[in-house]
Amino acid sequence: MSVESAGRPSEAKVVFYNDPRVRSLFFQLILLALIVALFWFAYDNTVTNLKKRNIAQGFGFWNVEAGFDISQTLISYSAASSYGRAFWVGLLNTLLVSFVSIVLATILGVVIGILRLSKNWLIAKLATVYVEIFRNIPLLLILYFWYRGVLGLLPEPRDSIKLPGSIILNTRGLMMPRPVLADAFIYPLVVFVLMTIASIALVWWAGRVQERTGIRPKTGWLIAGLMVLVPSIVFIVSGAPLSFDVPVQGRFNASGGMTLAPEFVSMVVGLTTYTAAFIAENVRAGILAISKGQTEAAQSLGLSHAQTVRLVIMPQALRVIVPLLNSEYLSLTKNSSLGVSIGYPDLVSVFTGTVLNQTGQAVEMVSVTMLVYLTLSLLTSAFMNWFNRRVALVER
Amino acid sequence: MTTSAETHFIRSTFKEPIAPPMRTSGAIHWLRENLFSSPLNTILTLVILYFLYSIIPGIVDVLIIKAVWVAEDSKACVADVVGHPVGMCWGFVGAHWGYFVFGQYPEHLRWRPELFFALEGIGLAWLLIQRIPRKDLGMIYFFVVFPIVAFFLLSGSTTLGLEVVQTHYWGGFLVSIVIGTVGIVISVPLGIILALGRRSHMPVARSSSVVMIEFIRGVPLITVLFMANVMFPLFVPEGWRPDSLLRVLVGVALFFSAYMAETVRGGLQAIPRGQYEAAQALGLGYWQMMIKIILPQALKIVIPGIVNNFIGLLKDTTLVAIVNIFDFLKVIEASLNDPVWRTSGMPFAGYLFAAIVYFILCYGMARYSMSVERRLATDHRH
Repeated sequence: MSVESAGRPSEAKVVFYNDPRVRSLFFQLILLALIVALFWFAYDNTVTNLKKRNIAQGFGFWNVEAGFDISQTLISYSAASSYGRAFWVGLLNTLLVSFVSIVLATILGVVIGILRLSKNWLIAKLATVYVEIFRNIPLLLILYFWYRGVLGLLPEPRDSIKLPGSIILNTRGLMMPRPVLADAFIYPLVVFVLMTIASIALVWWAGRVQERTGIRPKTGWLIAGLMVLVPSIVFIVSGAPLSFDVPVQGRFNASGGMTLAPEFVSMVVGLTTYTAAFIAENVRAGILAISKGQTEAAQSLGLSHAQTVRLVIMPQALRVIVPLLNSEYLSLTKNSSLGVSIGYPDLVSVFTGTVLNQTGQAVEMVSVTMLVYLTLSLLTSAFMNWFNRRVALVER
Repeated sequence: MTTSAETHFIRSTFKEPIAPPMRTSGAIHWLRENLFSSPLNTILTLVILYFLYSIIPGIVDVLIIKAVWVAEDSKACVADVVGHPVGMCWGFVGAHWGYFVFGQYPEHLRWRPELFFALEGIGLAWLLIQRIPRKDLGMIYFFVVFPIVAFFLLSGSTTLGLEVVQTHYWGGFLVSIVIGTVGIVISVPLGIILALGRRSHMPVARSSSVVMIEFIRGVPLITVLFMANVMFPLFVPEGWRPDSLLRVLVGVALFFSAYMAETVRGGLQAIPRGQYEAAQALGLGYWQMMIKIILPQALKIVIPGIVNNFIGLLKDTTLVAIVNIFDFLKVIEASLNDPVWRTSGMPFAGYLFAAIVYFILCYGMARYSMSVERRLATDHRH
């Protein structure tokens, strides 16, 4: 054995089954074969089983008359509408409840997260108690609690609870005034949009001036005037084209106004109270992630407490909070599928529930439902990633 | 020198001592600092104290003082029968205790689920309590021995002389714990494999892991349960007829494997490159490197994350109620419809009991995970 061959074993001496590339190829082939075999097994059995049970395949059902009613519809729908229409009704209901809950949960969550950091011991402890309770109880239980526990105790329509602002609460749900827009409402609306654009331009201009001269022009009152005063004047001049259809307490039920079904109210309250606890934790984690040195540096520069929070802490904390919020929003949207448990007609309840029971086409229904959530997830992540890039740290 | 007497002054008496600084310790200082630091804080504190003062006695009254602790049927909890207003009807929980814990598991065989709970407790304590040695044996016990024993113990086997109990008799807390345990026992190893696959250099392994993880994480658990319930029977030959509990178990285990994989991946990414390179320099193969060097460190880092996954898993086991598995929540629901117990106040007692049980379990785990986090945290940020 020469010294060279011991020091540098030539390629040829490695037996082929010890060559990492060959091994890797071999294992991957096995894995691929296993996956293909598994899918083939499932596909083959499914086809046979479906034939045996006489279940139709494909999406022929999409245009067939559904024949069932849905309690809450955002678009026109009746029992004579098609299954496809029912799908859109369910999807819109899912989006509606998710959107409303996301907005409310963010507000509540941010407030509680900040309260948890309060210097007042009592406030901080109360916020902690809220967070710990709602984080450690299953969402389904919270939904049941609101739906069967709290809303179940609401009175019959004839002894409804009347809240200020013509809001009526009974077993049929929450009734409140419905805004009625006259045609002339377009004028104040257009003016409001224009004023908003003007205000944004003003803020941008103020930023430019500040960068050039170091002094920020005072724009607060001007913006308030533009956004509130001008549209209000236009609103009055154009003859106050907004009225409210107020619900009126009848003998058996209230009429008029706009009714929020108890299922919808429970879903929103349940999802909001549950998710707010998680958002509060994220907000707190984000603020705590900023090192004390940042606060101290800001204070030594002479910034006030409010300025420190607004200009130093929050921009940095948002970088931590935004990705965390992203995943909370996603899980809230996915959690809205629990509507099926209390009869809220969301996508899962309508499509994987009622339509599946009527047609028996399990594969199509479950696949379509999963695909919808997958798309929603991917779209939300894409949007949040874009937003995240905008607030991300610019490394120098 | 007369001028020096005018320009110099020497105090001949002691000045009055100034008052000592405000207390910087003790109860008074704490109150001043934390409750009454500013006028606004003082007002807030007083408002909150008044609020607590006005609701706490009522809550204590309803939950404890006026509650009915022992009851045969709903009559014992009706105000007109008792003669005074009643609070929570805890007697309802007491009367259904056996049903809540075991479901319809035959009464004379209930020592078996009880033994199962004990064995599970031993396994968890072994793995989670730091001071108990031989974690390697603990892993083998919890992930291999215990599941096999538990399977025969709960479902029975004629060859072992244990009466067979069909799964549709199982119910209550037992089923929740069974689902949670199977979820843990399968999702941890499967999650590790998926995480390794996702970081593998083999394109097929990587892409199949990524697709599976992202797909499962993109859909709600309830759709996976529906899939397991209605599609799984179609995927297998007709004669197999998978048991309804088994279907749900497969769904839950797969679902949580994806989440576990992402947690484990976080740990794998936190291990410095030098560890991989050192292992390779020692001539270790891929599996030796992973099992002996990388995974022990990576898993230790992600213990808090894994425990948090367990909390999510335990909370999400309640969803199986939607596909008609009689878990803890579902048996409570079912007992609310019990004709002997139909009164309007009952749901509160049932749901509140469930909430307290879940809270104790989840909060306990959360505290545990926080204590591990503190033990592992060696950097001093603040």
